[in-house]
Amino acid sequence: MSKMIVPLGPQHPALEEPESFTLMLEGERVAAATVALGYNHRGMEKAAESRTYVQNIYLLERICGICSHSHSTCYVQTVEALAGAEVPKRAQYIRALIGELERIHSHLLWLGIAGHEIGFMTLFMYAWKDREIVMDILEMLTGNRINYGMNMLGGVRRDITPEQGQKVLEALDALEERTEYYKNVILQEQTVAIRTLGVGRLSREDGLRLGATGPVLRAAGVVKDIRKDDPTEVYNELDFKVATDEHADVYGRTVVRVTELMESYHMIRQILRQIPDGPLSVKVPNRIPAGEAAARYEAPRGEDFHYTRSNGTDKPERVKVRAPTLANLAAITHMIDGGFLADVPIVIAAIDPCFSCTDRMVRVKDASSGRDDVWNWDKLRQYSIEWHKKRGQDLGYRI
Amino acid sequence: MTSLGKMVPYLFKMMMKKTDTVLYPSVEAKVPDKFRGSLKFCPEKCVGCKLCERVCPADAIVIEKIADKQYKAIVRMDKCIFCGQCVDTCNKDALENTAFFELASGDKASLEVEI
Ligand code: SF4
Ligand code: SF4
Repeated sequence: MSKMIVPLGPQHPALEEPESFTLMLEGERVAAATVALGYNHRGMEKAAESRTYVQNIYLLERICGICSHSHSTCYVQTVEALAGAEVPKRAQYIRALIGELERIHSHLLWLGIAGHEIGFMTLFMYAWKDREIVMDILEMLTGNRINYGMNMLGGVRRDITPEQGQKVLEALDALEERTEYYKNVILQEQTVAIRTLGVGRLSREDGLRLGATGPVLRAAGVVKDIRKDDPTEVYNELDFKVATDEHADVYGRTVVRVTELMESYHMIRQILRQIPDGPLSVKVPNRIPAGEAAARYEAPRGEDFHYTRSNGTDKPERVKVRAPTLANLAAITHMIDGGFLADVPIVIAAIDPCFSCTDRMVRVKDASSGRDDVWNWDKLRQYSIEWHKKRGQDLGYRI
Repeated sequence: MTSLGKMVPYLFKMMMKKTDTVLYPSVEAKVPDKFRGSLKFCPEKCVGCKLCERVCPADAIVIEKIADKQYKAIVRMDKCIFCGQCVDTCNKDALENTAFFELASGDKASLEVEI
């Protein structure tokens, strides 16, 4: 059979984010797939070096629009470790509360996207409608629907009143009922079964070998969750199970995420029951003692990793971020291989990718000589302005 | 056993319900109590320490001296990310977040405002 090469992306490969996949097809089947990243490098790590530790909370929170709290919590944990700050218990509980609410909104969002990718638009519409319940709760608690700005160095910025706690509980009841409903839809609806069972398989061994993380790995039966493996004080005090599944395919990933939703409701109820009184923050100095620290955090998409090195000033010398999608990218091509072309979008979407959070470097290569070239910020900026001007777009940049 | 149309009964049920979306902007959008909208400045309280300027992650606020012990605040609304860090940092409570959020404008220059 003759082979055909089909480029998928970088515009909108499965979601509205840039990533380029090249698929070699044999008929309807994918014989080989490669992925190229680097389409949305935002230079955040470099930018972090020229900002103070406080300013970086807001910068790094914006790595991801969905796991924003995950990134900011992971980052402040590294800085607090460097400063030797003991975060008050109440603040830790509030962080965990927002973290679990974020997981709920992220997983409901994903459920909708999965529906969209398999052509089950009803699921998409209603999952997103129900997601609004948790978005409203997040907005009530933090003041924002996304980029909550809850973290500060040494604690959290806002308290939670008993009335707010009550509203969260009411919302949880509604969400739990809806999630139970979706669970039944997933288990009983043929559309879901046909489009996801046996699709995008990633065995336990391959998942571990390729370094997959989060629900992708847990759907292959691996019990791995930072909330259990490297817990903060709060997660140690909560009773919860790590959701796993044995299907090791898109179906399994769906089941894991829905089960995690149920676990998160259970955890939030405990958090609200157990949250101690006390201060919301401790003081952290502007200048952070020299040293290095790393932190891990179980983001909705898997393990998030942050590293910060301080040289004793008020700005970090180096910040390194490894978003969970990068860990899952190597597994994607493996999952696409051998499958049908029509299943590629849902297989990509099933890792719950955040391509824009992933890119950490770009390599500039001179096309004529093939040599690597080093561009500074001004040169990059000038290039971008001219690139747009040539296409008739004067964006009216102001310095 | 799986079958088709599992969500159909729910769809019929929802047809009887009113819509969830609101017709913004003809219907007013509500924001929560502690919403972080555009900033408000209280010149009587400001002592010109410029801490807010230094802490701002977006380089969006500038405090200018207009006379002895009198200051004005200029905010670049296009740069401001409404994080409220300046509000938290100000020791004199001279800054405040309001519930106002309808800031869109076709003219970029008009987004640089004295608050
Ligand atoms: S921090 Fe407060 S007092 Fe100081 S300059 Fe800013 S507004 Fe004025
Ligand atoms: S709200 Fe945030 S971004 Fe806006 S002026 Fe204040 S500190 Fe700067």
